[in-house]
This record gives sequence, C-alpha cells and structure tokens, in this order.
Amino acid sequence: MSNVESDIFEIIADKAAVERDKIIGSASLQELEIESLDVVEIIFAIEEKFDIHVPFNANDQEMEFDTVGDVVKAVENLIAENGAAG
Amino acid sequence: MNRVVITGLGVISAAGHNAADFWDNVKHGRSAIGQITTIPTDTLTVKIGAEIAGFEPKNHFGKRQLGMLDRFSQFGLIAAREAVADSGLSFEGDIGEQTAAIIGSGVGGQTTLDDSYWAIYAEKKSRVHPFTVPRLMINAATSHITMEHGIRGPAYSIASACSSANHAMGQAFLMVRSGMVDAAVTGGAESTITVGTMKGWEALRVMANDTCRPFSKGRTGMVLGEGAAIFTFEQLDKAKKRGANIYAEVVGHGLSADAMDITLPDERGAARAISGALKDAGLNPDEVSYVNAHGTGTAANDTTETRALKEVFGVHAGKLAISSTKSMIGHALGGAGAIELAAVVLGMRDNIAPPTANFIEPDPDCDLDYLPNQAREMQIDAAISNSFAFGGLNAVMALKRFS
Repeated sequence: MSNVESDIFEIIADKAAVERDKIIGSASLQELEIESLDVVEIIFAIEEKFDIHVPFNANDQEMEFDTVGDVVKAVENLIAENGAAG
Repeated sequence: MNRVVITGLGVISAAGHNAADFWDNVKHGRSAIGQITTIPTDTLTVKIGAEIAGFEPKNHFGKRQLGMLDRFSQFGLIAAREAVADSGLSFEGDIGEQTAAIIGSGVGGQTTLDDSYWAIYAEKKSRVHPFTVPRLMINAATSHITMEHGIRGPAYSIASACSSANHAMGQAFLMVRSGMVDAAVTGGAESTITVGTMKGWEALRVMANDTCRPFSKGRTGMVLGEGAAIFTFEQLDKAKKRGANIYAEVVGHGLSADAMDITLPDERGAARAISGALKDAGLNPDEVSYVNAHGTGTAANDTTETRALKEVFGVHAGKLAISSTKSMIGHALGGAGAIELAAVVLGMRDNIAPPTANFIEPDPDCDLDYLPNQAREMQIDAAISNSFAFGGLNAVMALKRFS
C-alpha cells in the first residue's frame, strides 16, 4: 500500500468513524455509510494533508466518488499534477 | 382575528435597487448573477455571485449615519424607506407604538466582521473601529429601521439562516392578525459576500461555478446573493380606513423543524411547513396556483422540495406554476424569503408568474412545472413562498389576491 493510500484510509476512518479494516479500495462510500457531509470533511482533510485542491462539488454527479479507490486515484493524480507543475 | 394586508413594499437586490427595477428584471427572467467585483477573488475558487452592482452608500446616507451601518443594514434601511413611503404610513403619535419591526437576517454584519478580522489578523493592527460591535450585531438593521421611522412597538431580529425572512414576516403576520399591533414593518436583509464567508461556502462544496439553475438538469449548486426586501403589513380595517393601496392579503404561515440533519433537507419537514401554511390560511391545496420555491439549485434541495410539493398537493402539484427567483438574484440567505415574497406580491398584482432562469433541460427527479426561462401570464389567486433553512428550520408564507 502506498503512503498516499494509507493516509487516505486513515483520514476516512477518522472523519467518517468507519472501522479501519473495512476500508479497502473497492469499498463503496455508500456501503461504508459515509454521508455527503462526511465526504466534504474527508476531502477537506485530504486537501490539508497533501496541500492540494480537490475540485469536488457535492451537486455534480459526474464528480461523485463511488469508491474509496476513486478517491485515492483522484488524489494521486492531483499530487502528480502538482509535482509536474512544480 | 384581524385580516392582514400588505400596503407597501421595498426591494434592493442584484436585480434592481428598487421594487420597480427588481420586478422588471425578474418578470423578464434576466439573471443578475455574474463575476464578483466587490471583494478580491484571487484566493477564491467560486468567483460568481449576485451582487448589488453600482451601489453607492453615500448616495443614500449621510456620513454620520453611514459610519454606523454595515452593508446589510444599509440594504434594510433602503428597502424600508421605499416600503414606508409606498405605504403612506407615518409613525408619529400612537401608531408608532402600535407598530412592530421584525426583520430577518441570517448572520448580520459580515462585512464589518471580515474587515475587522483582516485588520487584526492580517494587517496586525491593534485596534478596530469603535462602531464595530453596533455595526455587526444581527439586530442592527432592525434597530436602524425603528430609529429612522420612529417605530416604537415590538422590535427584534430573527435568525434562522435561509428562513430568517419568512420566520420574521410570519411573526409580524401573527402579531398583526392577533391585534397585538396595528401594523408591522417586516422582511429580511443580508450581505455576506466577503472573502471569509465565501471561503466558508466554498468549503461546503455546494456552490455553483457557472450560474444558478434551480430544478434544471446540469445544475451545480447555489450562488450567493445579497439584498433586502421590506413590507408594511397592516390590519385590513386600518388600511381601508386610511384609503391605503392594498397589494395582497397575508393569509397563512406554516413552520416546522426537520429534526434530522444540519445541512440536508428533509421532505417531511418541508411538507409539514407547506401544509401548515395552507391549513392556517384555510386554503385547499387546489386553490393554490403559484409556488415561489426555495429552489436553491443544489442537488439536495430541488429534488426534496419537488417531493414535498407532491406530498402536499398530490395530483394538483402537476398544475402548479413553480419558480425559483434565486435563479436571478442568487441566494440572499436571511433576505431571500422577503425578496422572493416581493416577486409573489408583484406577480399577483400584474397577473404574471415569474420564471426560473438559466434552465437548460428537465431533470427526471424534478418533474413539475418550473416555468423554465419564460414568465407566464396568469391570475394568481393564492400562492405560497417557501424557505427551508440549513438546520432544518422551515417557514412558508401563504398569500391571497386581495378582494
């Protein structure tokens, strides 16, 4: 597991009060009973942790994160983009 | 119980600095949403809003008075001046003591707060302006309105986020109806387009980046607005006696709490507020022809509000003309319900139901008639205006054409 992935798993466990063992890449946020406001707080914590901006809008269906893996992938991409820009 | 009528109104919003300009833009579906210009936007990801463009405080207030006024109080005072002048009321003598001033505001003097924090935390100043506290308090607009007009009866502010104005006008309605007062000056005022507040809204991830498209497919959230609308409510007998112009009759007020979630709306709470307003008004659901929706343009509100309307109105929901004024003036939070009631009142007067602007195409989850982009000429005999606040506090006003 990459550091980014494990950090994100920790954040999700903490912010949404989900057992750490249940958090795997293929787990859907819905199955983990992570509500929309939890997602907003998780994204905020991720932005603070990795110093990135995640363009997430709770109203936009296309930007919806379905699984934990979707979140990890999006964050890894953003970090890579930031690195490339820097 | 007294019948309660509206005898004066005043508006200042992104769509116009007075009621006539506001109504001309709103009935034609002209959206006043655009790039934010009153604050620096370089640190913002959301750079659009519905600001009151071209507003010059010094054209409305002397230097001494202006020193005491946050932007939200300025809006409240300007709308109150227009409403009081429109009504022909004067508050000299006993009438001043028999008149209430109940004004809604969600958060009060945000401009003052933001400027003060900037001075202390960023500019490292050791002091702020001595009028900081009287400017920022939520009751500032109410207090200044009482002082300017000599209104000496019951007066206070109501804060319930996006429902503040409807709660305030509902309270004023109940006071006049019960005979506690002869008249009330009531409505809502808000001004929250500051960097600090915008950051807060951005962080909630509910803001649109293009524009506000209530009930439309492709909507991406709400847009912040600002402004005020103020009305004079009077006992019918007193209004008639002085030969006042009567715009409409206030007939019902419905309130509820979702008791569910601090941000997500609940259709059952919304439905109870709507049905409560109808019951209070003695209206059958099928008598209502127009609904001014809360219609924020968020995914959550618009589907929830649609379901709530269906729950209350049943098959008649399909015959309702529904529109969201927020598509044009943004979400003025504690001022929203009042500015939107002005659209209802003027629509009743002119037989026009204003449209929902920026509508692209129907959303399968929002399948009622939202008057997309085009106003409708229709006689509005009875209407409701919805406000459903963050925190699950709902308030609905019911109006009837006066006859």
